[in-house]
Amino acid sequence: MRVGLNFAGFRQTRWYEYAIRFLFGGAITAITGIIAEHYGPVMGGLFLAFPAIFPASATLVEKHEIQRKHKLGMHGTSRGRKSAGLDAEGAKLGSMGLLVFGLIVWQTALDLRFWMVLLTATAAWAVISGVLWYLRKAKFFLRTHHHASEAHQ
Amino acid sequence: MTEILIRFVVGGIVVSFFASLGDVLKPNSFAGLFGAAPSVALATLALTVFKEGPAYAQLEARSMMLGAVAFFFYAWLITWLLMRKNAPALLATSGSIVLWLGIALGLRFLIFS
Repeated sequence: MRVGLNFAGFRQTRWYEYAIRFLFGGAITAITGIIAEHYGPVMGGLFLAFPAIFPASATLVEKHEIQRKHKLGMHGTSRGRKSAGLDAEGAKLGSMGLLVFGLIVWQTALDLRFWMVLLTATAAWAVISGVLWYLRKAKFFLRTHHHASEAHQ
Repeated sequence: MTEILIRFVVGGIVVSFFASLGDVLKPNSFAGLFGAAPSVALATLALTVFKEGPAYAQLEARSMMLGAVAFFFYAWLITWLLMRKNAPALLATSGSIVLWLGIALGLRFLIFS
C-alpha cells in the first residue's frame, strides 16, 4: 500500500480526543521538566522518549476501526486490535529514528545553533523512520510474492 | 509555576501537531511512525536550552537514546500483544509502560551509574 493522506481521519477524531492528546502531551512535557529539575538531566532525559501519546493514539486507531466495521455490519474488535498493532509496528520503527534524533542532538548541541540542531535531528528522525518503514514494507512484499509464487507452482 | 505552565502548553501543542499528522496519513503502519515522533523532546529541549544552555540539553539527549531503546521494546511488546494475543489496545499500551520504565531505568543505572 502506498503512503497517502486520508483527511477523513480528522472528521473521525472528536474534540475531546484532541483534548486528551493535548493534556497527555502537555502533562508529560511538564513532568519531564520537573523530573529533570529534581533528579538532573540524565534522569530527565530518559523521559524525552517516553511513549506519552502512544496509548491514546493506538486506542483511537482501534476505536475508529471498530466503528468503521460496525457501520458495515461487522463486529470489528479483532480487526481494530490488528490495526492498532500495525500502528505499534510503525512506532517500533519510529523509535529507531528517535534514537538517531538523540544521537544527533548529543553530538551537535555544542557545535551548532540550537534551532539548527533540532531541525537536523527532526529531519534525521523523519528520514530514518521513513526509510526503515519502506525497507520493511519492501521485504514484506518480497516475502508475500515468494509465498504466492510457491503456492502457484 | 509559570515555567511548568509554559512547558505544558508548548508540549501539548507539539504533541497534538504530530498526533494529527498521524491521523491523516495512511497506511496505519506508516502513521504509526508518528507515535514515536520526537514531540516531547522538541518541546523540552527547546525550552531547556533557553533556561539551562546547550550542555544541559546535550546530557538530556544522551539519556534520551536509552529511552528510545526502551521505546523500541515497548512497541515490540505491544505489537505482539495486539497482533498475536488479540489484547485490547488500552490494556496493552498502558500495561506495557512498566516495561518501558524497567528498561529505561535499568539502562540508565547500568550505563550512567
